[in-house]
Amino acid sequence: MKILVCISHVPDTTSKINFTDGDSKFDANGVQFVINPNDEFGLTRAMWFKEKQGASVDVVTVGGAEVEPTLRKALAIGADAAIRVNTVATDGFTVAKQLAKVVREGGYDLVIAGRESLDYNGGMVPGMVAALTESNFVNNCIGLEVDGTNATVSREIDGGKEIVSTSFPLVIGGQKGIVEESDLRIPNMRGIMMARKKPLTIVDPVDASPETTSMSFEKPEAKGTVTLVSPDNLDELINLLHNEAKVI
Amino acid sequence: MVLEILNINKIMSVLVYTESEQGKFKKVALEVASYAKAVANQLGTTVTAVSINASNTSELGNYGVDKVLHVTNSQLENFNANAYANVIKQAAEKEDAKVVIISSSINSKYLAPLLAVGLDAGYASNVVAVPTNTSPFTVKRTAFTNKAFEMCQINTDVKLIGVSKNTYGVFENPASATSEEFSPSIPDFGVTVESVDTATDKVTIADAEIVVSGGRGLKGPENWGMIEELAEVLGAATACSKPVSDLGWRPHSEHVGQTGKPVASNLYIAIGISGAIQHLAGINASKVKVVFNTDPEAPFFKAADYGVIGDAFEVVPKFIEKLKAFKAQQ
Repeated sequence: MKILVCISHVPDTTSKINFTDGDSKFDANGVQFVINPNDEFGLTRAMWFKEKQGASVDVVTVGGAEVEPTLRKALAIGADAAIRVNTVATDGFTVAKQLAKVVREGGYDLVIAGRESLDYNGGMVPGMVAALTESNFVNNCIGLEVDGTNATVSREIDGGKEIVSTSFPLVIGGQKGIVEESDLRIPNMRGIMMARKKPLTIVDPVDASPETTSMSFEKPEAKGTVTLVSPDNLDELINLLHNEAKVI
Repeated sequence: MVLEILNINKIMSVLVYTESEQGKFKKVALEVASYAKAVANQLGTTVTAVSINASNTSELGNYGVDKVLHVTNSQLENFNANAYANVIKQAAEKEDAKVVIISSSINSKYLAPLLAVGLDAGYASNVVAVPTNTSPFTVKRTAFTNKAFEMCQINTDVKLIGVSKNTYGVFENPASATSEEFSPSIPDFGVTVESVDTATDKVTIADAEIVVSGGRGLKGPENWGMIEELAEVLGAATACSKPVSDLGWRPHSEHVGQTGKPVASNLYIAIGISGAIQHLAGINASKVKVVFNTDPEAPFFKAADYGVIGDAFEVVPKFIEKLKAFKAQQ
């Protein structure tokens, strides 16, 4: 089984978000970048398939040289090889086009990506890769088992979950649940040393024109100060929620 | 002349996918229909809805829909992203729709990228307002998990918009919706539903107007009785913070926040949740936030509209009693 895990290089979840160039660009200054958490859950599940079912696991991302530390971290966690498509990630569609080429040329059976990246929250890359490579697609995956070329997937739905069956080639949009938080692996020194020697291949991009363009950003309006209500005057809270906020 | 006008309408029609559950339209369907009407007004055109196995299609007329393409097919009883995306694609092509509108439900977000590729449409998800401009076509959407808004220009001929839940609202806009049977071809499913497990008696976080959420301040799963009782009094869904689900006190399906479920309710009540930036990002789309916490320095007080500084174990039971009395008077 050949697995490809798609990794997005995103600001750490605790980052304060700022913009530069007249609010047209994300300000990466002083921001710590990490493997997108939804992708890391998928990568961790891929490690399980490697260890228990003899799968090979490659990781891929689209971006400039600045994303390589994130790929090295994925290698340190245990991926076998990394691929970087050498172009600026503009919109979800162009990223999907780049990834689709890697998927086709690499002959991967199973592609695992996160349901969305925590920066642009487009939530479109896994599905578009599936459509472009004519693979089956299951999103919001919270459990994944593979038997030969067949897969059984738990998928989160509104108010519960469902179990679906499908087959390779398959693209998964993963999230927490595909593994638990406690299953995530912190790279150890041996992993970090080995990662330095693992192949990181840089490939040229294909032509793709962006279907959407980020024009500018704005931050939500600053919140007004909280109205504090005394714990001895909860009638007042009910009054405020009923008459002022009109939500009960 | 009449034909010419009809022709223009056909070319410009806005298509909206109106989701239903057991034949009944979901609230998000009415919201996206209302949104579609606003976009159609901007473009000077009409709204066509596509519905799958919905029973009362004329209801959509109340929200500005002029025509419903009504699909009835027992094969489509269970949601299948590939098949549903294909049905919507065929409807869009039939109507020559240049703008296609869907919701942000978990199913619509699943089918959206398949539909986008099928229609060669640029897709903007989590859109929070009607387009700020229709040429070039520009929409405002959330990014960085509600920490920012992005102005996003869609460059393609056909545009796909995913409307964020509970941002535009539901507006009555009477039109007489004509209904037309629509029988698209059904592609291979690729993915087969084996079993569905939903708690039908509970309000889901996705549909809830009010969400009551508990954090580590509640000290243990045995103390969730008051969260559930408060939720019951308010007709709310229950939720929890990330540490609570990681500790196994509550199921993952209740985890709300950046890596959990997004919340966009009218009222979000946080009890014993300090308000880490990741948690706040995930619930920020809620309109009104109330926090109960013993620690006046808890960051949640900076994000909330109303706050009570006090011990949840004392305050929440009192709040429940007072709410019950209030509800009894209503």
